[in-house]
Amino acid sequence: MAYGELGGDALTGKATSGQSAATAEAALLESLPPEERLILPCLQHIQRGLGYISDSAVNVVAEFLNVSRAEVIGVLTYYHDLRRTPPPAVVVGVCVAEACQAAGVRSLIEQIEHDFGVTLGAGTGLGAIEFAKAYCLGNCALGPAVMVNGRLVGRCDIGRVRAAVVNAQVVPR
Amino acid sequence: MSVRIYVPGDSAACSVGADDVAARIVELAEAGGVTVEVIRNGSRGMLWLEPFVEVQTAAGRVGYGPVASGDVAELIEAGLFDGRPHALGHGLVDQIPWLARQQRVSFARVGLADPLDLDEYRRLGGLVGLGRALAKPAAEVADDVLASGLRGRGGAGFPAGIKWRTVQEAPGEVKYVCCNADEGDSGTFADRMLMEGDPFTLLEGMAIAGTAVGASIGLIYVRSEYPSAIRTLRTAVDIARIDGWLGDDVMGSGRAFDVRIVEGAGSYVCGEETAMLESLEGKRGMVRPKPPIPALEGLFGKPTLVHNVLTLSAVPQILADGPAAYQALGVDRSRGTQVFQLAGNIARGGIVELAFGVSLRELVEDFGGGTYSGRPVRAVQVGGPLGAYLPDSALDVSMDYEALLAANSMLGHGGVVVFDDTVDMAAQARFAMEFCAVESCGKCTPCRIGSTRGVEVIDKITAGIDPERNLVLLEELCETMTDGSLCAMGGLTPLPVRSAVAHFGEDFHRSANGQPRQ
Repeated sequence: MAYGELGGDALTGKATSGQSAATAEAALLESLPPEERLILPCLQHIQRGLGYISDSAVNVVAEFLNVSRAEVIGVLTYYHDLRRTPPPAVVVGVCVAEACQAAGVRSLIEQIEHDFGVTLGAGTGLGAIEFAKAYCLGNCALGPAVMVNGRLVGRCDIGRVRAAVVNAQVVPR
Repeated sequence: MSVRIYVPGDSAACSVGADDVAARIVELAEAGGVTVEVIRNGSRGMLWLEPFVEVQTAAGRVGYGPVASGDVAELIEAGLFDGRPHALGHGLVDQIPWLARQQRVSFARVGLADPLDLDEYRRLGGLVGLGRALAKPAAEVADDVLASGLRGRGGAGFPAGIKWRTVQEAPGEVKYVCCNADEGDSGTFADRMLMEGDPFTLLEGMAIAGTAVGASIGLIYVRSEYPSAIRTLRTAVDIARIDGWLGDDVMGSGRAFDVRIVEGAGSYVCGEETAMLESLEGKRGMVRPKPPIPALEGLFGKPTLVHNVLTLSAVPQILADGPAAYQALGVDRSRGTQVFQLAGNIARGGIVELAFGVSLRELVEDFGGGTYSGRPVRAVQVGGPLGAYLPDSALDVSMDYEALLAANSMLGHGGVVVFDDTVDMAAQARFAMEFCAVESCGKCTPCRIGSTRGVEVIDKITAGIDPERNLVLLEELCETMTDGSLCAMGGLTPLPVRSAVAHFGEDFHRSANGQPRQ
C-alpha cells in the first residue's frame, strides 16, 4: 500500500482533497454513540452510510479518534468486508468453503466464471456485478449457497444464481 | 375461525423460497375467503424439508415439505387448512421420527413459535431459569453450571463453571460477558439458527451469566454473514429491555445487565476468543498470547466471560431444571447434549441435538440418510475447517470430546460435513492450507508462512514433483504448525491435512491429469 494512493499528505495525514466527502464522513461519525467510537465501528459506520471507505475517510477517522493513519489503514486492510471502492449494483458472495464444495460449488464456480465473464474474487464483471469468495454463509445443509446483496440463496445451480442476480438488479438494495 | 399456519422465517428456509410460500398462502387464502394467521417461526432444523409448512389442527401441528410456492394451490385444494394428507405431507410434526428421536435442550423452543413473541417464550418455559438464578446467591449459580458438566461448545470444551468462578472471583468493578457468535466453521449453522429462531434463550443465558459473575454489560459478536440474526437479536434486546429483564434492574433484582450486538467484518480468526476481543476493541483481529487468560484480563483488560452461543443457550435450561437433569445426559466427561449439524453432500441435513455418545455413523446414515447425490460416502469432516477428514471405516467413533480426540479428530462446534466418492482429498488438503493462508491473522510465523508453504508443497506433490520427499516435508511442516502456532488456526490446520494424507493417501499419488501414477 503506497501512501500516494491515499490522496493525502503522507507526513501530516491531512487531507488535501475531497473536502465535501470528508464533511459527510465527519457528520456520520458525530452520530456514533460513545461505545462505538473505535476504529472498526467508525469504518463500518462510514461504509454503511456511503457504501465504501474513501481515502479521505481514512484521514477523517484518524483525526476523529486521534489515532495515526497507519492504525486506521491497518484495520481497514485487515477485514474482508471493508471496501475502498464504491460497490457495484450487485455483489454476489459465493460460498467456497468445505460444505459447499461437498455440494458441488467447484463446478458451479466454473459455470459462473464462464457465463458472467468473471474470475471469482477479482473485481467486477459484466454489468457491474461483483463475484466475491465467501467462507461459509451458514447454509451448509442447503449448498451450494450464495448471498446476493445480503439475500441468502440455497441449493444453487447456475439458473438460480442468474435469477437471483436479475432479481437484485431490479430490486433496490 | 382462523387457521394458524407456520412458515419458517429462518434464513435457510428463506434461501429456498419460504417468503414466497408464505405470501402465496396468504394470497390464496384471502382469495378463498379463509382467514389465516401466518406465523414466521424458526426452523425445526429439518432443512431438507424446507420450506416446511405447518398447520395447527386439533390433533397437533401437521407438516408439509418441501413446499414450493407453485405447490400451494394444490395443497390448499387437498385440504392444507385442515391438515389433510398429501404427497408432501409428513403427518403430525411431533411424531416425525427424525425429530422425535432427538433430545432437544438448547433447541427445545426453536421452530415452535414466532422467535420474537415474548408471551410464547414464557409459555414455553422461558425466563424460569433467570428467575431461579436471581433468587439464589451468585456463587451457587456458578456451582450449578459447574455441576451440570457443561463445557464450552465453541470447540475448546473447557468446563464452563470453572470460567464462571474465575470471572466471579476476579477483582475489579467492571466485568464483561462476551458471546462469540462468529460462527465461521463451514458445516456449522446452529448458532445462526438459534439466534434467528430463539434469540431470547441466548439473551436469558447471558443475563444469568452476567448477573452471576458481576458483569453489567454483555456483547454478542455476530459475523456479518448473518444479517438476519443481527436484526432478530437487536429487536429481541429491545423487547427484553421494555419487559424489564435487560437493563438497569433485571427482573426487579436490583442488578444491572444489558446486551449490545456488535457486527463482525469478515474475518474467520475473529472466532478465536482473543482475536474476537481485539476486534470488539475496534482493532485488527490479531490473536493475543495467553496468559493472561480473558477470564482475568479480557475485553479492555477487564475480567471477561467468553462463551459460544450454544454454551450460553444451554444455561437457562440448566438453571430451570437443575444441573442434575443436564448432567444425567451424555457419556464420561462429555455431559449434556450437543447440537450436531449435518451438512455438505447429505440427503437429510439439519440440526440433530442429542446427548453425547451417539456414533458418527448413526448421524450420517440414520439421521442424514447418506449423501444427497446418492453416491457412496467417502469422507466426513468433523469439527469445521480445522477438523479431521474421516473415512467410512472410522465412522463408528462416539461423538464426544475425548473419543474424537483419541481418534485424532475433534468435536469442534459440532459440524459434520459429508463428501461422496467424487471428492479429491488432495484438493481438500490444499484448501485447508489455502484457507489458513487467507484467514491467518499473521501474528505467528508457523501459521502465516507455513500455510502458504503448505499450499506450495501440496501443489508439488499433486504435480508429481518428487512426491515422496515432499510428503515428508509436508509432514514436517504440519508438525511445526501444530507445535509452534499461537492459536488453533495454525495449530489445527494440519489436522485436516494429515488426516487426508493418512486415510486417503492414494489421492496424493495422482499425476496432474488426475490419473493414478504408476
